[in-house]
Amino acid sequence: MRRLLPHPLLTPILALIWLLLNNSLSPGHILLGLLLGWFIPWFTLRFWPERVRIRRPLTLLRFIAVVLYDIVVANLSVARRILGRPAALRPAFVSVPLELKTELAISLLANTICLTPGTVSARLAPDRRCLLVHGLHVPDAGALVASIKQRYEAPLKEVFESC
Amino acid sequence: MLEYLLSFLILTGAVFTFIGSLGLARLKDFYTRLHGPTKATTLGVGSLLIASALLFSTRGDGVSLHEVLVTLFLFITAPVSAHLLAKAALHLELPSLAPAPQEETHDRQAGNSRGPGPHKGA
Repeated sequence: MRRLLPHPLLTPILALIWLLLNNSLSPGHILLGLLLGWFIPWFTLRFWPERVRIRRPLTLLRFIAVVLYDIVVANLSVARRILGRPAALRPAFVSVPLELKTELAISLLANTICLTPGTVSARLAPDRRCLLVHGLHVPDAGALVASIKQRYEAPLKEVFESC
Repeated sequence: MLEYLLSFLILTGAVFTFIGSLGLARLKDFYTRLHGPTKATTLGVGSLLIASALLFSTRGDGVSLHEVLVTLFLFITAPVSAHLLAKAALHLELPSLAPAPQEETHDRQAGNSRGPGPHKGA
């Protein structure tokens, strides 16, 4: 079972993406999508050795909603900063200590930090203990770290790593 | 009515994309410039895509969902490229308005004590 279907979550997702790409729901495309969804994870197994488990789907949904809301709000503030006086900006590098352990959760956190405007994740320490983040305007580094940890890291930890 | 909504969405998208590009010209160093085009544009492209989905869902045959995929691919690829650009800039030690990060100096000191680092001579 494990060898035949290494990533049970990936199969329906890939099939759904295939149907969206073709914009159709015909039985042929559903079959082809499911075939691709089975074949691609099996073929790329070496890149994804560990199995992904989502423990709390509701927390994941709430996390996505929070991120979308943050993207809109932060976009407005970055636009205002660009139009304002650039000399008033206080960019800074902030190091965020990580509690996440799994690769998927860390890369999702880095992606989220990059997506929410005003912060770019710049470098992951080789020992994966902390993530270097560059902020466009950081009046208070501690507050930025706290908000990243509370808004993004805590739900990701709950979804992917709670036991 | 739909046309007003669509034009509003397209104009919003254009304005945000423009502000993002304006950031390239107005901001002073590489790291802050990185924020403009990768960020302010997510909302810009987002509203353009919503406009596109609305238009083709109401005009064409059936619901148009290609835009969902464009959003998905954009949200996966844009942060990765931003991250890699920032990482490359840190590696090349580009001048920055922000004080250089702590670990970077530690790395360099460690590299120096062991002799010239691989990126020192480049």
